[in-house]
Amino acid sequence: MPQEISKETVAHMATLSRLSVTEEEKALFARQFGDILAYMDVLAKVDTNGVDPLYSPVLHASAMREDKPERRRSREEVLQNAPERDEGLFIVPRIV
Amino acid sequence: MTDICSLSLSELARGLQAREISAEAATAACLDRIKATEERLGALLHVDAEGALAAARALDAAGPDPSKPLWGVPVTVKDALSTKGMPTTAASRILEGFMPIYDAFVVERLKEAGAVLLGKNNMDEFAMGSGTDNSAYKKTGNPWDPARIPGGSSGGSAASVAAGQCFASLGSDTGGSIRQPAAMCGCVGLKPTYGRVSRYGLIAYGSSLDQVGPLTRSVEDCARVLSVIAGHDSRDNTSDPRPAEDYAAALTGDGLKGATLGLPAEFYGEGLSSEVRDACMAAVDAARSAGATIVDVSLPHTDAAIATYYILAMAEASSNLARFDGVRYGRRAADVRNLADLYVRSRSEGFGQEVKRRILLGAYVLSSGYYDAYYRKAAQVRRLIRDEYNAALSRCDALLTPVSPVTAWALGSRNDDPLQCYLMDAYTLSLNLAGLPGLALPAGLGADSGLPVGIQLIGKAFDESGLLRIGHALEARLPRIGMPAL
Repeated sequence: MPQEISKETVAHMATLSRLSVTEEEKALFARQFGDILAYMDVLAKVDTNGVDPLYSPVLHASAMREDKPERRRSREEVLQNAPERDEGLFIVPRIV
Repeated sequence: MTDICSLSLSELARGLQAREISAEAATAACLDRIKATEERLGALLHVDAEGALAAARALDAAGPDPSKPLWGVPVTVKDALSTKGMPTTAASRILEGFMPIYDAFVVERLKEAGAVLLGKNNMDEFAMGSGTDNSAYKKTGNPWDPARIPGGSSGGSAASVAAGQCFASLGSDTGGSIRQPAAMCGCVGLKPTYGRVSRYGLIAYGSSLDQVGPLTRSVEDCARVLSVIAGHDSRDNTSDPRPAEDYAAALTGDGLKGATLGLPAEFYGEGLSSEVRDACMAAVDAARSAGATIVDVSLPHTDAAIATYYILAMAEASSNLARFDGVRYGRRAADVRNLADLYVRSRSEGFGQEVKRRILLGAYVLSSGYYDAYYRKAAQVRRLIRDEYNAALSRCDALLTPVSPVTAWALGSRNDDPLQCYLMDAYTLSLNLAGLPGLALPAGLGADSGLPVGIQLIGKAFDESGLLRIGHALEARLPRIGMPAL
């Protein structure tokens, strides 16, 4: 596993995450991520041959339900926290 | 008359039902206590004094209801829980001014049980931190020494409970965020089994790890609150279908007599301070004298648990926090050029540095080329950790361990190195990986620091009754620390 994290890698992760990072943050995060990922290398030493990944500790089977539409909230409630709205719609900047 | 705020929840509930104390008097006493202590503690992000008093008066007008176990009991909840008509921010700027349109499941349950909601507790932003010093709004002081951290991320909840601002609070625990602040503030904190309590309305951090639970001043109080919030909820698909139990009713007899407690050697190694070790050993001696059998157990992958946990938690956080986009709710940056700019600037202005750090690392461990080496590998180690916990618990009723390797540290003394902060969670986070319940309870004041030390009991999945029963018996034999002089 690579332990040197470049500022370019940090910038790429920021792009993927829709975040902007300053030059200072890029340098700081690159150094800290290098340390943190070097520590994560402890996992490489664990023998996991043939071990199924465990993504959730849930013990019960997922419950199924009828696929029936249900109106739990009014349009007014759903729009209540919108930063910008008009005529019952969320407004965003012009896209095309 | 004794100070209402120094009663336990169980004592208060009895007084309320017997009409010896009115709901309004209990709420007014807590509001007075908040007024007197909040400037030094900063435990709350929002206080709804008028709403709480109105709710209490309405309860008094209707009269006590024995079917409502928390009738008239003043409580607070962590600001990660949605409260209808009461601001909810998860201590982040990105949710400044957000007003939920529904109550979290656990808040519905509290209200149905007759509790009076006083306000919302401070926390680390999106529950990412161990000191409640990573809130975007304020820092919270430890009631035993306000110059020290209360622990985190549910540090506001722990500080409120320990200081007598309320009789119980609800926190959330992804890797120790209920148990560690409970230990540092000298109260009781329970992370229930994954699936025992619905997370509907909890602002998500790591969804395969998150669980809601109570913080209280006694084990009996904890059992009473758990009985109210546990149970199935179809709106959280991870909510287990088995019904809640009457956990307070299970606290009969002596839970230590004939019990077997396991000591995992890996939890008592390097890095554990001597005062915490001594408090744990005193608790072990107390349990043994009460008739418990102590056995040594081993959890060999403990040294891989921190890496496993942070990889999975950060991956889940990067996915969960993608919902904050400045479009439907929350902060939106001003004067944006286009939609992409709106996303980037709203998120970059709204999230604090630790949140950004975890989102970026989460994106890294999930990205192509690294997914197998980090994310999938961590999920494989997670299974090994869970299996060895289950093997250890097949030989005993509960494990007894420290909660935090140290007592509360001074505010501002540990902020520089994120990795060092992550290492402090070594004793709490592996339970979340395994989905098991963990109960933190006060074991006295540290010999060196004079600050509260907590111990942790780790139980079998869905055996909260057994865990609380042992905790209740142990609590009776541990030094009483009382309430802090504030």
